[in-house]
Amino acid sequence: MIKNDNIKITTNDLCVFYDEKQALFDVNISINEKETTALIGPSGCGKSTLLRCFNRMNDTIENCVVKGNINIDNANVNNPEIDVVQLRTKIGMVFQKPNPFPKSIFDNVAYGPKIHGMAKNKLELEEIVEKSLKQAGLWSEVKDRLSQPGTSLSGGQQQRLCIARAIAVRPEIILMDEPCSALDPIATANIEELMDELKKEFTIIIVTHNMQQAARVSKNTAFFHLGKLIELGPTDQIFTNPKLEKTQDYITGRYG
Amino acid sequence: MNRILSKSQNIENSTNKRHRKEKRFKSLCLGAVIVAILFLIILLSSLAYKGLSGFTKTTIQIPIYFNEEIIDPENTRDIAVINKASFRKIFKQSLLQKFPEAKDNRKMYRNISKIFSRGSTYLLKKMVLDDISLIGKTINVDLISSSTIDQLRKNNINIKVPESDRPVSDATLKIYDQLNTEGVIKKRLNFSFFKYGDSRNPEEAGILGALLGSMFTLIITLLLSFPIGVLTAIYLEEFAPKNKFTYFIEININNLAAVPSIVFGLLGLAIFLNFFGLPRSVPLTGGLVLTLMTLPTVIISSRASLKAVPPTIREAALGLGASKLQAVFNHVVPSAAPGMFTGTIIGMARALGETAPLLLMGMVAFIVEVPTSIFDPATVLPAQIYLWADSPERGFVEKTSAAIIVLVLFLIIMNSLAIWLRRKFEVRW
Repeated sequence: MIKNDNIKITTNDLCVFYDEKQALFDVNISINEKETTALIGPSGCGKSTLLRCFNRMNDTIENCVVKGNINIDNANVNNPEIDVVQLRTKIGMVFQKPNPFPKSIFDNVAYGPKIHGMAKNKLELEEIVEKSLKQAGLWSEVKDRLSQPGTSLSGGQQQRLCIARAIAVRPEIILMDEPCSALDPIATANIEELMDELKKEFTIIIVTHNMQQAARVSKNTAFFHLGKLIELGPTDQIFTNPKLEKTQDYITGRYG
Repeated sequence: MNRILSKSQNIENSTNKRHRKEKRFKSLCLGAVIVAILFLIILLSSLAYKGLSGFTKTTIQIPIYFNEEIIDPENTRDIAVINKASFRKIFKQSLLQKFPEAKDNRKMYRNISKIFSRGSTYLLKKMVLDDISLIGKTINVDLISSSTIDQLRKNNINIKVPESDRPVSDATLKIYDQLNTEGVIKKRLNFSFFKYGDSRNPEEAGILGALLGSMFTLIITLLLSFPIGVLTAIYLEEFAPKNKFTYFIEININNLAAVPSIVFGLLGLAIFLNFFGLPRSVPLTGGLVLTLMTLPTVIISSRASLKAVPPTIREAALGLGASKLQAVFNHVVPSAAPGMFTGTIIGMARALGETAPLLLMGMVAFIVEVPTSIFDPATVLPAQIYLWADSPERGFVEKTSAAIIVLVLFLIIMNSLAIWLRRKFEVRW
């Protein structure tokens, strides 16, 4: 089982409904701090839904109802009184498709710090942007063209720009929703390397369809099926010696 | 080669059929484009052919003696005195000096005076008021000819038909020929067409009143419909809960876009004029009515361009901790701006060409004074075209075409502005 000494997030009986349709059933999961947790499972199993619960992105979807507790640092964030703006400064998100703003590379990274007033002057802002881009491994490639539009970069670079944009706000948790599904193998390798670096500082939760990726990047893996958490455990164990047959079947590619 | 590639005769036959279909469709499309371009060329060239002469006028140069005895016998040089003086007498005296044979021949004098514009005496008065040192001097003045002479010079009058069937008598023709051989009849650019308002006399009628009226009306329409329309679209698209009430509003806005414009005119008449008692015939009320008419267009096109912004941009902003308002105004609206501008300009172009609703607001009227503000009575370009097209005088035919040219130019400028704005703000994903 997972060691329980540094838990960052836990959920208690988390249920999510889209209208009448229930997407998640009584999910109880715990996620460790400064480790990478992978969520795997067949399409439509609710892993992205769970990911979007953590930063309350499901609020933007009409008719979506989330029930149960999500405790981050022992505070229930699934509480209408929680300010989602503050919550999202604590939890960054990287999406499936690279989605840079149609603005310059600099403005893309600077937007978060700017709206949160994290920089007192332009110099500080430039420092944050440089630090974030360096951390995302993009600085050497873009330092001479910060004023060019973010959309002019290649797909892999765009995704790293989005990661830089997310970490510029200095969150504690980074949610990644299939961040490499639109990228080629080389760009994917770059992002995976980057994730290895980032987990020293951030708690990372990644949704992926790529079993090998989950095995490579994550310390713990959670397997979902039809909206239920089937098995959660250390990645090595899940992939080599799963406790349940369902997990075994999925990892060996018998269904999915 | 086809036979080698294709698996069987059947497939070859069907691909041939498909290729023929594609060719047929392409040639049909090309034909449609050619027909459209042809009609456009016919329209523009007939406008140019009929209208360009409307931008020129005919002047006749004759010496005018600004007789001090008549203008200012007591040498006061007082403007009130000059204003009261009979410039008709000055005009007559100078004409008789030029044509002494008409002295005791009233009929001949009438024929001579008819070749000049009826506004000639005002022109003389204005000259003296502008420069009182003219009093007592004789100078050559280019007087504007009457519309009939103008048309005669432009060869728009067939002089071969019997005298009773044409607007110029043989006597007038004789004087015209005499002046023509003297070389005092000249063709000039008609700048006064752009300097004055409407007139009963075609040679004095100008477009400025209608042009400014259109401009003031459109400014009101733009200032009201753009912010209201865009904000409505943003609210409905981004903030409003999707329930039956907003759905009801949505359907009604779409329906309003299809309401005939004269109905908006009636609505404006009932509400703005009768209920609120706003002044009639002024650009303010005209602009208000056109705003009602333009709003649905602006709202619908703005919503369409907001919808076209990828939802991933909203998610990206929200995921960074931007509030809904920040996400919308920092990212979504700038991306949608080109579409909003284009929609607004299309709505404005429609408003510019609208006559029916303004008919009920009293803006289709004969107004001589050039409006100086949104509270002055004014007419608009299409209304001016309608009024001139309705006038029987031959001179108004070319004025009508000239006014259409001005309207089309106005539209071209507005549309170029729309294209420029779209290019400037366009976002490439």
